[in-house]
Amino acid sequence: MIKYVLNGNIIEQEETTTILESASIQGIKIPTLCNNEHLTPFGGCRLCLVDVATEKNPDMKKLMPSCTAKIGEGLIIDTHSPKVIQSRRFILAMLISRSPKAEELRSIAKEIGLPEESSKQTAAEKYLFNDAPSIVNTNCILCGLCVRACAEIPMRDAISFSARGMERTVKTPFEKYAETCIGCGSCAYVCPTNTITIEEVV
Amino acid sequence: MQEYRMHLMLCAGTGCVSNRAFDIEKAFNRELEKHNLQNEIKVIDTGCQGFCERGPIMIVQPGDIFYEMLDEKDIPYLVEEHFLKGRPVEKHMYVPKDGEVPIPKLSDIGFFKKQKLIALANRGLINPENIDEYIGREGYTALAKVLTEMTPEEVIKEVKDSGLRGRGGGGFSTGMKWGFAHNSPGDEKYIICNADEGDPGAFMDRSIVESDPHVILEGMAIGAFAIGASHGFIYVRDEYPLAVERINKAIKDAREYGLLGDDIFGTGFEFDVSVNRGAGAFVCGEETSLIASLEGNMPEPRVRPPYPAVAGYKGKPTNINNVETWANIRHIINRGAAWYSSIGTETSKGTKVFSLVGKVNNTGLVEVPMGISVRDIIFDIGGGVMNGKKFKAVQTGGPSGGCIPESLLDTPVGYDTFAAIGSIVGSGGMIVMDEDNCMVEVARYFLAFTQAESCGKCTPCREGTRHMLDILTRITEGKGKEEDIDILLEMSELIGATSLCALGATAPNPVLTTIKYFRDEYEAHIKEGKCPAKECKALIQYTILPDKCTGCTLCARDCPVNAIAGERKGIHIIDPEVCVKCGICKAVCNFDAVRIES
Repeated sequence: MIKYVLNGNIIEQEETTTILESASIQGIKIPTLCNNEHLTPFGGCRLCLVDVATEKNPDMKKLMPSCTAKIGEGLIIDTHSPKVIQSRRFILAMLISRSPKAEELRSIAKEIGLPEESSKQTAAEKYLFNDAPSIVNTNCILCGLCVRACAEIPMRDAISFSARGMERTVKTPFEKYAETCIGCGSCAYVCPTNTITIEEVV
Repeated sequence: MQEYRMHLMLCAGTGCVSNRAFDIEKAFNRELEKHNLQNEIKVIDTGCQGFCERGPIMIVQPGDIFYEMLDEKDIPYLVEEHFLKGRPVEKHMYVPKDGEVPIPKLSDIGFFKKQKLIALANRGLINPENIDEYIGREGYTALAKVLTEMTPEEVIKEVKDSGLRGRGGGGFSTGMKWGFAHNSPGDEKYIICNADEGDPGAFMDRSIVESDPHVILEGMAIGAFAIGASHGFIYVRDEYPLAVERINKAIKDAREYGLLGDDIFGTGFEFDVSVNRGAGAFVCGEETSLIASLEGNMPEPRVRPPYPAVAGYKGKPTNINNVETWANIRHIINRGAAWYSSIGTETSKGTKVFSLVGKVNNTGLVEVPMGISVRDIIFDIGGGVMNGKKFKAVQTGGPSGGCIPESLLDTPVGYDTFAAIGSIVGSGGMIVMDEDNCMVEVARYFLAFTQAESCGKCTPCREGTRHMLDILTRITEGKGKEEDIDILLEMSELIGATSLCALGATAPNPVLTTIKYFRDEYEAHIKEGKCPAKECKALIQYTILPDKCTGCTLCARDCPVNAIAGERKGIHIIDPEVCVKCGICKAVCNFDAVRIES
C-alpha cells in the first residue's frame, strides 16, 4: 500500500502508477498533449508538470512530468499549485504561438485558465500571443504520439523525428514514400492537433 | 634500457601540434644527431602542458628550463647554446611583461606556481603513447590495490569519503553515484566515460584524454570493480582525432599488458573498454542522451527517474562519469580519502581543471585547488586581461553558466559558492571578457549556442530558447522594447523550471546573470539605442577624427566596400550608408584617428 498526499488529501493506493494515472483515478484531470495510456510515456510536452515534494522536505518542491513520475510513499503532490498553473500557461502559450491555428490548444487554454485577452496576460504571454514572429507553418507540436504509435502499435517505424531544435519535424525515412507504412491510420488517430490526414490510394 | 642525461619534454598537445611541434621535434633530432648528442639527450612527446598561449613549448629536464614559442629556425642555435655550451637561451624563455627579466624555470612562472596537479599529475612528464611511462609514475597501482586488497564497498566508501563530486558539471557525489549502481540489482552492468566535451572554449577533457589516456582506463576499471561491471564505453567526440587515436592506443597496450581483459592481475576480475565516437551534439553531455546515442538512437534525453544507475545502457544499471572525474580516482585510492578531502573547501573537495580562455594573457589549461579565488585564477595564473584593457566579467561553466562581474572576483571556486552568485563550475570553461565586450551580445551568443544545440524534444527548451534568442537579437539590433527585460526574466525562470534536461534548464543562466549584473547595458540598448561597449553593429558608427587624420589614405585603400572618401593629405570621411562596420579602418590606422561612436 502506498500512502501519499495529493492536493492536500491523503491517498492510499495498492499499486504503483504514474502520478497522472493516480490523479485520474481520483477524478483530477491533468492536461497533457504527448501522453497516451497505450504508448510509452514521452515527457516532452511538459504540460502535465506537477509539484512534487517529500514529507521530509515539504518545502523542496520540484516540477515533475506526471506522465512519467510515479507515486511513492510519503510524496506530497500538488497538481494545481500557482507555480504549476504558471508553468502550464507558459508551455501552452508557446505552443499556441507555434501553431496558432490548432484548435485543441485553444480549448486546453480555456480549461487551464490561460486568457486570450492581453490585459490578463503576463509579459511573456503577451509577447507569445502578439509579438513573437511565427517561423513554422504547421499545427504539428512535436508531441511524438504519431511516431510512438507507429513504432508500438503496428510496429512499422514508418515515421520518425528528424533534425533538432526548431528544425525538428516528423518525417518518413529520407522523406520518401514509406515502404513500411500499411496505412493503418494509427498516427492520424492519435494526433492531438489533427495534423496528419489519411488519403485513399487508388 | 638506454639512459639519457637530459630529456626534452616537448608538448604534443593539440595546440602545440597545430603550431608545428612535430616539425620542431624533427629539427631537434636532426641537430642532436649533428652534434652526436642523440645518445645523451632525448626528445619526448608529452601531452598538453597547459600553457597553450605560448606554444609550442618544451621543458628541459633536469633543470626545469621552460621554453616557449619555439621556432624551427632557432633550433640549431638552441641546441648549440644550451646542450653543447650549457647556456640556456633567453630568447625563448617566458617574459611576464615587456621589459621584464625572463624567467628560466617552469616552477617560478606565475602561470604554474598557483596550480595544484592531481587530475593532470602526469602533465608534461610522460609520453601519453607509452604505457611503461604511465606505469613508471605509479600507473595501475591503484587498480592493483583495489583488486587485491579492497572490496567494492570499501572502494565506494573511499570515493564517497574523499568528497569527489562530478566534474562534468552536475557536481553530484561520485561515491554516492557509484553506490547506487552497485546496489542496483543485475548481473550485467556498464560503466561509461563521458568525453563528449561540448562547451565553447573548453578543452579540459580533450587534454586529459590526449595527455594521459591510461588514467581514464585505470579509473574506469576501478569504478567497474566497485559497481560490478565488466564492460566500459568511452564516448569521445570525433572532432578530437588525437584523443581518439591515443585512447585507442592506450586500450590496445593495456590489453597486451593484461590490464584490460580477462583475469586482471590474476584476480579473476574481467573488464574491457570500447570507444564510441560521438558526432558532436552538445546534448550528449546529458547522460541519458549519451546513452541513447550509444544505443544507436537519436541523442535525446529522457525523463529521470529511472536514473542510469537503475536503468541505463540497454536498460541495465550504468554509471557515467566525466573524464576529469575518472582522472581523480587513482589518486584517491592510492593516497586516501583523507588526503583528497584535505584539499579544497567544506563542500567542494580536491582540485578543478579550468580552461582559461578569452581576453586573458595566459590562455591555457589550469588545475587549481577548490577554494582559490576567481581573481587569483585570472590575474595571478592568467596574467590579467590582454592589452591592458579593463576586466569586465568572466563566464564560467560555458553556455550553461553565468557571468561573474568584477565585484564578485573574490568568490572562492566551488560548486555552492558559484551557484550562490548565479553561475556554475560546470565542466570548467572560463571565458574572460573585457570592457569591449557587450554583455547583451554575450548573452545572445551563448543562447544562440544552446538554441542551436537544443534537441527539440521538450517544449520549453525548443520553443523558449528560440523566443529568448529572438528578443536578445532585437535588443542588440536596437529594436528592443521596454518590456523585453521583464519578458526575458519571466521566460528564464520558467524555462529553467520546466525543461526536461539540464541543457534547457541552465540555458537562461547567461541571460539571468547578465541582467542581474549588467542591467544598465540592457537598458542603454533598449532606451537609448546605445551599446556602451560599442560592439553591437546596428548601434555603432565609425567616424574619422579630423584633427588626427593625416590623409595617409591607408584606411580608404583597405576598406573592403569603398566607404571612405578623401584626398591624399586631406581629411577622410566614412560614408555611414556604405560602411559595413568591419573595423578594418580602425585596425590599420596608425594615428588612432578612427573612432567608434554609439
